Amino acid sequence: MVTIIRKELADYFTSIRCFILFLLVFLVGAAGLYAAWQGIRSNPGDSSFVFLRLFTSEGTAIPALISLLALIVPIIGITLGFDAINSERTGGTLSRLLAQPIYRDSVINGKFLAGMVTLAIMVASVVGIVGGYGLRMIGVPPTAEEIIRLFLYVVFTIIYGAFWMAIAVLFSVVFRRVATSLMSSVAVWLFFGFFYTLMIVPAVAKSVDLMILLRRFSPNTLFEEATTVLLLPQWRGSGLFAVGEGDISFMLPNALSLGQSILVVWPQLVSLIALSIICFAISYILFMRQEVRST
Amino acid sequence: MDKNIVVETKDLTKKYNGTTVVDQLNLHIYENEIFGILGPNGAGKTTTILMLLGLTEPTAGTATVAGHNPTREPLQVKRIVGYMPEKVGFYDSLTPRENLKFIAELNNIPYHTIDAKIDEILKAVGLSKQADQRVGTFSRGMKQRLGIADALIKEPKVVILDEPTAGLDPEGINQILDLIASLPKRGTTVALSSHQLYQVQRVCHSIAIFSRGKVVVAGSLDDLGRKALAEGHYRIEVEVAQASPGLADILAKVKGVSKVETKDNLLIVSADSDLRAELARTVVHANVPLVQMKIQEFSLDAIYMKYFQEKG
Ligand SMILES: Nc1ncnc2c1ncn2[C@@H]1O[C@H](COP(=O)(O)OP(=O)(O)OP(=O)(O)O)[C@@H](O)[C@H]1O
Ligand SMILES: [Mg+2]
Repeated sequence: MVTIIRKELADYFTSIRCFILFLLVFLVGAAGLYAAWQGIRSNPGDSSFVFLRLFTSEGTAIPALISLLALIVPIIGITLGFDAINSERTGGTLSRLLAQPIYRDSVINGKFLAGMVTLAIMVASVVGIVGGYGLRMIGVPPTAEEIIRLFLYVVFTIIYGAFWMAIAVLFSVVFRRVATSLMSSVAVWLFFGFFYTLMIVPAVAKSVDLMILLRRFSPNTLFEEATTVLLLPQWRGSGLFAVGEGDISFMLPNALSLGQSILVVWPQLVSLIALSIICFAISYILFMRQEVRST
Repeated sequence: MDKNIVVETKDLTKKYNGTTVVDQLNLHIYENEIFGILGPNGAGKTTTILMLLGLTEPTAGTATVAGHNPTREPLQVKRIVGYMPEKVGFYDSLTPRENLKFIAELNNIPYHTIDAKIDEILKAVGLSKQADQRVGTFSRGMKQRLGIADALIKEPKVVILDEPTAGLDPEGINQILDLIASLPKRGTTVALSSHQLYQVQRVCHSIAIFSRGKVVVAGSLDDLGRKALAEGHYRIEVEVAQASPGLADILAKVKGVSKVETKDNLLIVSADSDLRAELARTVVHANVPLVQMKIQEFSLDAIYMKYFQEKG
């Protein structure tokens, strides 16, 4: 399996696709940094968690880094996975590969792990770069708590990306054509990213409680809530503790402690991991039982 | 040639959604022979090959490859079997060398020997010049050659080639057939499927003809030729200068001759052994000028056609 992972990684890092993704990621990093610069300058007040504000401040026109990342991480996941299996099948390499003395599952595991490594490198590098430049910009080093929060954020983001990769890999197992699997993955992403939370849930849900509950079926919401809690400890926005108007707890003066934050995001973390595992397990099982031949 | 069986199937059956594609197949492939699998499109050749490799599970029956069951011990089988699929494909962005290296590494070939092996095998299939050109730029025939190199890189005990010469130029066909013919000497047993009867006849020692999932004929080529064309007899053509009426009767009396057919000045003699010397003497003795005489060479083509004509 090590050989497969190594080959997949070599493939990724020499592919134009991956180059474009890295470009995109760095653009996002630069944009996020610019947004933070604008945001912090225009509202220097709050002194707690200054370092985290690098990642959460909005600029005048540019969304905050976490919003940008929430947008592109699914794209990265999909891009890394959508043709994992079916391109090998249509290319005629799958039957050759499976005729080698390797376990069949090491093919799909190897591809998935190589994708995870690539994803992790991208996420970690953008957070690292923004952190590094941000440090020079604001001159305030991060506290230990902020570092832990950022680290958890990176872990969450990787898992979120892995979920989308698992969806894409699943479609690459189910559909023989690369174009079909790509379109299906994008369709799921559009569904959860836009239609579900913005149109279907508001239309269906009669009460706020029901709305919150329904929204949680979307992985996007899970991720959004978790990152908000992790990086914006003071915030009690509409995500997690969404409350009716006039609720006094709307904006608590004191932030959630690290322990409390972790407790709050724990269910989100478990759900996201579970969703990823379910998707991966389905593709795994399908792949193991599928006909090898390409016709 | 030793008579160790390397590949054996017992009532091997494959059904796809109730349709029987391979039907109670019993095959024997002996060590160091070249075995040809023939049959019309859709006869089940590829399906059988996939079952031999453990890439498709049989619905019933078993296969044994070098003592291992491909379904239960796929890794042991795949370690010693080289395979070239029908539609062979490679990673287009890599060179042949890189493609082969990947496969060699998956087979745990000692690292320091890989490069030399790749050079050798690429030379054998005539791709030395293109060794460092991306496979994406390859023509179909070049990929086919690389496919054969790929199947042989692990120096397999058994190599299974699904239509190895499809898409090759005449020179390539010769080169590849020579390569295949040289494999038994290196201790490799070959099974190949093909539609090119002439090529099969040239390299194969034994064949099996498939039809609708069943083997209709199997055996060594020499036996089959005799059996199929003359019900187990030799056929000798005797050409004389002009038709002579009594000759057929005279020849029929030669010991060992079972039948004589006459077509103008050509007599076709069926015999149970090679009676050419005897016949020549008889013809000359009868004062008929003998033009030429030859033992009729059977062609695989004729065997093949015979079986499919009978079925209609
Ligand atoms: N996945 C599948 N599902 C259903 N039927 C299949 C499947 N794969 C193959 N078949 C059927 O099995 C039969 C045998 O196919 P196979 O590929 O073994 O033929 P073949 O002898 O290799 O033919 P060719 O000479 O064209 O290569 C065909 O009728 C084909 O339609
Ligand atoms: Mg075939």
